[in-house]
Amino acid sequence: MTQPVSPPRDSTDKVPEAQPPAWRGLLFRADVRTLSLLGVLAALILIGGITKPDEFLDTRNLQLVLTQASVIGVVTVGMTFVIVSGGIDLSVGAIVALASVWATTVATQEYGFVGILFTAMIVGVGCGLVNGVLIAYGAMVPFIATLAMLASARGLALQITDGKTQIVTVPSVLDLGERDAYVLGIPPLVLVFAVVTVIGWLVLNRTTFGRRTVAVGGNPEAARLAGIDVRRQRLYLYLLSGLCCGIAAFLLIVLAGSGQNTNGNLYELDAIAAAIIGGTLLSGGRGTIVGSVLGVLIFTTITNIFALNNLQSDVQQIAKGAIIVAAVLVQRRTASTT
Amino acid sequence: MTEITSRRGLLFGAAAVSAGALITGCTSNEPSGSKDEPAGNDQPAADDKPGKKVTIGFAGPQADHGWLNAINDNAKERAEKYADVTLEITEGSNDTAQQIGQIETLINKKVDVLVVLPADGKALTQVGLKAMRAGIPVVNLDRIFNTPQAYRCWIGGDNYGMGLNAGHYIGEKLKGKSGARVIELAGLDNLELTKQRTKGFDDALKNYPNIKKVARQAAEFTVESGQAKMAQLLQAQSKFDALWNHDDDQGVGALRAIEQAGRDDFLMVGGAGALSAFQAIKQDDGVLKATVLYPPTMAASAIDLARALGQGKGVGGMAEFEIPASITLYSAVVDKTNVDQYMPTGFQ
Repeated sequence: MTQPVSPPRDSTDKVPEAQPPAWRGLLFRADVRTLSLLGVLAALILIGGITKPDEFLDTRNLQLVLTQASVIGVVTVGMTFVIVSGGIDLSVGAIVALASVWATTVATQEYGFVGILFTAMIVGVGCGLVNGVLIAYGAMVPFIATLAMLASARGLALQITDGKTQIVTVPSVLDLGERDAYVLGIPPLVLVFAVVTVIGWLVLNRTTFGRRTVAVGGNPEAARLAGIDVRRQRLYLYLLSGLCCGIAAFLLIVLAGSGQNTNGNLYELDAIAAAIIGGTLLSGGRGTIVGSVLGVLIFTTITNIFALNNLQSDVQQIAKGAIIVAAVLVQRRTASTT
Repeated sequence: MTEITSRRGLLFGAAAVSAGALITGCTSNEPSGSKDEPAGNDQPAADDKPGKKVTIGFAGPQADHGWLNAINDNAKERAEKYADVTLEITEGSNDTAQQIGQIETLINKKVDVLVVLPADGKALTQVGLKAMRAGIPVVNLDRIFNTPQAYRCWIGGDNYGMGLNAGHYIGEKLKGKSGARVIELAGLDNLELTKQRTKGFDDALKNYPNIKKVARQAAEFTVESGQAKMAQLLQAQSKFDALWNHDDDQGVGALRAIEQAGRDDFLMVGGAGALSAFQAIKQDDGVLKATVLYPPTMAASAIDLARALGQGKGVGGMAEFEIPASITLYSAVVDKTNVDQYMPTGFQ
């Protein structure tokens, strides 16, 4: 850390910020990976189509799968940024729970749609801020800091609700989940998911912020030497993850029509699994939004096919585990050939 | 569990009968005032009048769910009702080791009676035994200990009966409809109670050959899981006549999914007895027509029993000198006809 910086080394050890081809290369490599993920998804769609042609290959089912993917999908976009930067956020599920119960407390519901939406986002960002400050400026390991947030946010969510289910009574919020609200056949939740995905992709691949994220994840020291404020970058990344959790909490409120302290249960694991299946390195420095979103879609499609074929939850869990292993093994193959 | 309960019920019944015979035998020499007076009329039965001071220790699981929260509220409110009862309540926990520690603390404090709703009945059997050996009678609430030696009295709900009564209700409603299709939205599949509820339901449906259960999916007792699983079930089953949902909390989500799918071509029966379910049944403008109770009032009754135990009294309205060894609550079906009566017991 206190090593003297020699100018020549600095100029040869350029970070991706100054080399546009770096992300072009990343994009190309990601394409091979993306294709293999699309292959998995296509295989699943084939299985679904063969086993339950009428129910699976149905517009309503497509809407359903995408809607169910939206909440965890938005969380996963934020998670991808954090993992690409070499961090981890174990608190996403708990933040979703806290944001959803806070946004559905009776007081908040009096302020209607805007009150609920903004409370969810502010709580998400607030939790992200605490995570970010602890990690970036408190020099805490992300695993520990977000684990602490997981415990305390869940505890706070339980305290706020007192174990009760907070049913939403604001019609404009509930209407957003109804079929009348679909835009050209697309549920509003899916639209939000799509917008978050596109923005996430643009930010990670087309902005300085995105390149800095990759740089911090690849080699924090090099990034620091290149003049990136690594700590501030980390703070922003956890804020971003928190914001995504806040948005996801709002989507969940629309979807489930209520806030509950059990909301977002195990989201952290689902989001990490989706990101890893999508080709994001757990050690940081590499990852794509498209891959993560495909990972989420693969999971949601599996769940959908299982439910349509009336498989029981024990079988579902075993198969889900097997598919994670298989997908990562396939990933290794494609990764080593590129 | 049901079999064990009924077998124990039988034993208890036999014991009660012989005790009764003994009492009659002892008192038959004495001329009784009037013939129709019940044998045990002059025994002390617990009533609302203040009696001997009793300290009751209460240890329950973490109230992270509507029903469990209602359990805590019921216990506290009932204890406050009695001037002679002091309630020592521990922080709820789903961690077995922690709950054992809490109960040991209550034993060390020498409470008069313990009321325990274990997060895991089997895992807490040893500490129940320990309390009993220390001379503190235990009222085992709902989740049953492994051995009757670990408690003086068990009071709880009837999961099998929930399934049975839900099945019969649906069976009667679909009577005469040939080729009727029924689906089930179960609770957490890794809990034994979920399996009992499903077994009761399946057993009841056997009485109705015109009904076939076509699908079953397990949710997780949460609104979120209820919505997700129900949405999938609705997609998988384009046509069915009835749905039994094990839990009213996840039912909030299930009803939301039904509304979102725009379906109203079937009848739905819930489980547990949440206020929101009662309100929906009363309004009668949706698919939810009934719910099968799993009454949280059992916690209040457990406090009554613990107080009676501490004061050495029996239960009013029963002939026995002592409180019973086992009480299984009835899983009543609440529909539009009787919902007003149950409304005050609905939990949020």
